[in-house]
Amino acid sequence: MPSIKELAKRKEKFVSGHRLCPGCGAGVVARLVMLAIDKPVVVGCATGCLEVSSTIFPYSSWDTPFIHSAFENAAATISGAETAYRALKKQGKIDKDVVFVAFGGDGGTYDIGLQSLSGAAERGHKMLYVCYNNQAYMNTGIQRSSATPKGASTTTSPAGKVIPGKIQFSKDIMGIMVAHNIPYVAQTVPGRWNDIVNKVERAINTDGFSFINVLSPCRLGWPHKPELAMEITRLAVETCFWPLYEVIEGKYKLNYKPKEKKPIIEWLKIQGRFAHLLKPGNEQIIEEIQKEVDRRWEELLKKCESS
Amino acid sequence: MPSLKVTKTGNEIFAEAMRQINPDVVAAYPITPATEIVQIFSQFVADGLVKTEYIAVESEHSAMSACIGASAAGARTMTGTSAQGLALMWEMLYISAGLRLPIIMAVVNRALSAPINIHCDHSDTMGARDSGWIQIYSENVQEAYDNLIQAVRIAEHPNVKLPVMVTTDGFILSHCLEVAEILDDKEVQTFVGTPPKRQTILDFDNPITLGALDLQDYYFEHRRQIAEAMANSIKIINDIADEYAKLTGRKYEFFEKYCMEDAEYAIVLIGSTAGTAKDVVDKLRSQGKKVGLLKIRVFRPFDYMKVKQALENVKVIGVMDRADGLNSYCGPLYSEICTCLYESEKKPVLTNFIYGLGGREVKEQDIEAVFNDLFRVGKEGKTITTKYIGVR
Repeated sequence: MPSIKELAKRKEKFVSGHRLCPGCGAGVVARLVMLAIDKPVVVGCATGCLEVSSTIFPYSSWDTPFIHSAFENAAATISGAETAYRALKKQGKIDKDVVFVAFGGDGGTYDIGLQSLSGAAERGHKMLYVCYNNQAYMNTGIQRSSATPKGASTTTSPAGKVIPGKIQFSKDIMGIMVAHNIPYVAQTVPGRWNDIVNKVERAINTDGFSFINVLSPCRLGWPHKPELAMEITRLAVETCFWPLYEVIEGKYKLNYKPKEKKPIIEWLKIQGRFAHLLKPGNEQIIEEIQKEVDRRWEELLKKCESS
Repeated sequence: MPSLKVTKTGNEIFAEAMRQINPDVVAAYPITPATEIVQIFSQFVADGLVKTEYIAVESEHSAMSACIGASAAGARTMTGTSAQGLALMWEMLYISAGLRLPIIMAVVNRALSAPINIHCDHSDTMGARDSGWIQIYSENVQEAYDNLIQAVRIAEHPNVKLPVMVTTDGFILSHCLEVAEILDDKEVQTFVGTPPKRQTILDFDNPITLGALDLQDYYFEHRRQIAEAMANSIKIINDIADEYAKLTGRKYEFFEKYCMEDAEYAIVLIGSTAGTAKDVVDKLRSQGKKVGLLKIRVFRPFDYMKVKQALENVKVIGVMDRADGLNSYCGPLYSEICTCLYESEKKPVLTNFIYGLGGREVKEQDIEAVFNDLFRVGKEGKTITTKYIGVR
């Protein structure tokens, strides 16, 4: 794993000039993922914030080959490119060792892109799929997705007089991807640069399909102070809302265990989308969220212990 | 040149042409009645008869998405589908054309749901007529083969760079045996050649961003370029047909004129029904009636000027659509023929017939009845409203 000094010297493949918001997690995720890949790399991107903000014609922030085709098919599109590469390599028409990466937001991954992702994972293409997960459809204006956490107010699960934000807990995409029996599945945050770089490096050196779920703060949708973007992802780890772990060949490995697990309220209270939960009468919902965070954390610990 | 005669179904001949073309990547999903094409082809892959990497995707949407990724990476890329499969690809049809990717697709025409039906009509591909794909329809198994081989050169031509679909009529051609002449493998390889160089996403010295966001300032220009490429393709399609004729002796044009020189009454249609219509024309000609047939082969682009010239001296024209426009007036082919003839000073009388939806059989007597309607229209001098042939 490269030191931060070594990383800083690497040629940037996701360069400045993009139009993502200040304090957006997606740009940091893209930059760190690209820095971690020290090989020729083809990038695919689902329609979404990252794509529309980084490729406004005639400009591009991608100093590496890039393809966007539609919203729900980043995995299928890159699976085609990766297959073409294998075909051309077999024929001796290309000799480079090429890495294939697809980026999708949580909507393009958990919801509309789930089938395409599942298909590509099952077929075992040698590619990395990165979900930059800001927990809602932010590009279209903060609508709920199946990755939106319980209690969050979005424009299609608004906190109202009778409904207190999103009713459901988020979908367990990690469990779904692990169930595909792919060689590498990991969860990380951009606030821990070494963790994300390490995982990307591991993923691209895996022979097969790999999936990384990255929590990506959205200053408009969560909303939070832009300068807190990275801090907020670390707090998600400290509260065990977003544990750092990986599943290597089916074996669970916890990468970080907080010395003292912080209560979920610490994470909720600095985000506008949960503001209504802090009002009297909603204590029950916070309790339910805490209970679910605890349940998922205990379940993860068990899996790690038995692996 | 020694010719090789084979007896094959439409699906078998598509698969055979694909084997001879030997593409780099095929991504496909099964659907009746096109399934056999990729089923046979995947056996070729399994037996090592082709160099192709085959992607057995989980849907047609992903089939076209994977084709887009593969073609963008520089691979010669093919697929095949039908009806609902084509409908599921819809979004990606426009995107593959918009990204100017020379993907080749064998389409077996089948009625679109609902009600669900697996038999032939042209509603699937007619709906895709504005997607930016070149569309070539086949009358028989021989044409299906010849069209698919030529499609590779058309799609990849530097002045075109558009995807091409070649169609056959579901079951009527896809599942029926016919005798056809094929080239030997080497001749096909020489004819299709090495794909011309184009920008790809595997060029790391000149990295490109493909599929960028185009706003008010560029989208229009890029769409205009697609229109230009489509217009350019008319000459290219004819040039490649000439080259193919030299190789095979089979000369293809945008449309085929059958007994049209002095025809006063003519039918215009697309696909396998042309065979039946030719027999009827022969029969009526033997009775001294001046009848003819114009069979459209290339529907996109549509050669308006040439079709106008071919039809303007006819007195009465019956346009037979194997798809309904559901526009309260006419089918899609009728609209095109009207457009052609509006510029003509002679303006033949036009009538529209919708036929064969969902595989409803069209017999010689049905075609004869159409001609009888045309004779009556000719006598009365005014058109009749769109007629649905054989509907109870």
